[in-house]
Amino acid sequence: MFFLQMLINGIVVGSIYGLVALGFVLIYRASGALNLANGEFVLFGPYICLVLMTALNVPFLVAFIGTLIISAILGLVVERLVIRQLQNAPTISVIMATLGLSSLLAGAVHIIWGHTTRTFPPVFPQTPLNLGGIIVTPVYLWSFIIVMILLIIFSLFFKFSKIGLAMRAVADDRQAALSMGMSVKFVLAVTWIIAAMVAGIGGILLGNINGVNPTMSAIGLTVLPVVILGGLDSVIGAIVGGFLIGIIQNLAGGYLDPLVGGGLKDVVPFIVVLLILMLKPHGLFGSRGIERV
Amino acid sequence: MRNLFVRECGNYKTSYKEDMKLFGTKSEFIKWLILIVILLTLPFYASNYWVGMLTLCAISAIGAIGLNILTGFTGQISIGVGAFLGVGGYTTAILTTTYGLSFWISLPLAGIVTAVVGGLFGIPSLRLKGLYLAIATLAAQVIITFIISRWDSVTGGTAGMVLSRPTIGNFTFMSNSSYYYLSIIILILTVLYSVNLLRTRVGRAFLAVRDRDIAAQIMGINLFYYKVLAFIISSFFVGIAGALLAHYTMIVSPELYNIQVSIQYLAMVLIGGLGSILGSILGAIFITLLPVGLTSVVDLLTAYMPNLYQLFSAFKEFVFGLAIILFLIFEPGGLDHIWQNIKHYFKVWPFSY
Repeated sequence: MFFLQMLINGIVVGSIYGLVALGFVLIYRASGALNLANGEFVLFGPYICLVLMTALNVPFLVAFIGTLIISAILGLVVERLVIRQLQNAPTISVIMATLGLSSLLAGAVHIIWGHTTRTFPPVFPQTPLNLGGIIVTPVYLWSFIIVMILLIIFSLFFKFSKIGLAMRAVADDRQAALSMGMSVKFVLAVTWIIAAMVAGIGGILLGNINGVNPTMSAIGLTVLPVVILGGLDSVIGAIVGGFLIGIIQNLAGGYLDPLVGGGLKDVVPFIVVLLILMLKPHGLFGSRGIERV
Repeated sequence: MRNLFVRECGNYKTSYKEDMKLFGTKSEFIKWLILIVILLTLPFYASNYWVGMLTLCAISAIGAIGLNILTGFTGQISIGVGAFLGVGGYTTAILTTTYGLSFWISLPLAGIVTAVVGGLFGIPSLRLKGLYLAIATLAAQVIITFIISRWDSVTGGTAGMVLSRPTIGNFTFMSNSSYYYLSIIILILTVLYSVNLLRTRVGRAFLAVRDRDIAAQIMGINLFYYKVLAFIISSFFVGIAGALLAHYTMIVSPELYNIQVSIQYLAMVLIGGLGSILGSILGAIFITLLPVGLTSVVDLLTAYMPNLYQLFSAFKEFVFGLAIILFLIFEPGGLDHIWQNIKHYFKVWPFSY
């Protein structure tokens, strides 16, 4: 029973990981950069949502949509002001720029909202569901459902919409896309907007589960193992990797934590990453385009 | 008019040997000598506070040079410097406190232990580069800090350990100025080593690996050997810096070596200038003194924003991130490049080109 409980928890947390990982994958596919500031993107969402809900007294759904819009603007601004300037810069510059960005955004959040933990007004029903002995909080269940719906929407979006197609084309071969008359700049901007929105949604869901405080941005690092495991350029990989890491993390936390005195949850994903990098650097679903030396 | 700042006015080198000389002209040698004399006499006219600050700068500079050997010379990104500093700090803490070893033995040992750990985590570099290597070193960072904070019986867990200042005979390096001398001398040795490293076969191999690794391999450079060697040499200096820092602050605890520290060191290297020794030093000074400069800015601003002091750490974080981004966009060459530009300006003064 304990095992099943841990499994369910892992799946639910993993679904949110998958959502946040999607942001990484989108940006990596379109621009070949890894957005290490993703954790701070996640951080902005719930704060904005909270402000909208408490200061303007709007219902959750309206605040949610408002958050999406503001997140989109944030993504656009970051792309315009920082990422576009570094288009042809070496990898280390882009990595460093996103690290700088994460510091800057984290500082901004601290300055504006301080360090205290805030809680969302109850959005989802509070009484836990008992599914044959396994206890599931409605927040978890709802998060899982919302994530699933979003992932389906995104998959369809990539497959069938014109912009989704353009995004895939740019990711595949930027030169070719450019010479076919696509606006790579436009596609990149859209990518960052979507990534920021996805991160915002992930943040709101997380905020509903654990409360909102600046340490939430740690998920940006936790999700890195997810994308490596799944493959940096695979949408399916992000989802599967999210579930796997979520489950591994919870099982390790449940069974091994008492042995070493806690804290394994944050480390196990990185041990997995080292193994993956050694054995199969492109991840489970990533393309094999990695340059070997 | 004869220019006072620059004595040489062209490149008249006729042989490779001449080109590789450590000091191109006599005046250059004198210039460095004057600089070293200034550095060594500084405690006589600088206040105690500034001597302490400069000690921190010198220690950071040692670590930054170490990281620059890895990232700037060999082109391998590491986000795990913070943890390697921790390995150095904890090694010396355990050796001197638990086993009562002398600082003078534990200091090189700290470097060697860190070099071994760094070399181990450098092994993935055989198959990985760029982004993937960055993530592997990030994993090293997380795993090492976890081990440090959980291995209570050896490291004292989250409580950390207390160290003492090094001694020679009856003399203890207790005062700020004595520790300043210790750090400056080790910094000078580090600079000499790394400048000379660049002039050797190994240094040239590093540069070749950075510029085009596959071509380097075709020319007969053993990539695996040189990549891991870069990790080992770099980690050695980072370990030395960690040990020096631990004995200076006289305390080690896991949160002193978190990922923020790694980012700070990367920022030193990047803001200073990739692949430049002088740049590493300038970057270390810049990042170490940034909080000091910000304090005075905050002092000015508190008149308008009274609660800014409570937000200081957040403000520091914000400006730190902003500085990194601005440098990346407007001066990717870093402080070193700015310095070269200034020198060049004076070289051709009063003509603009």
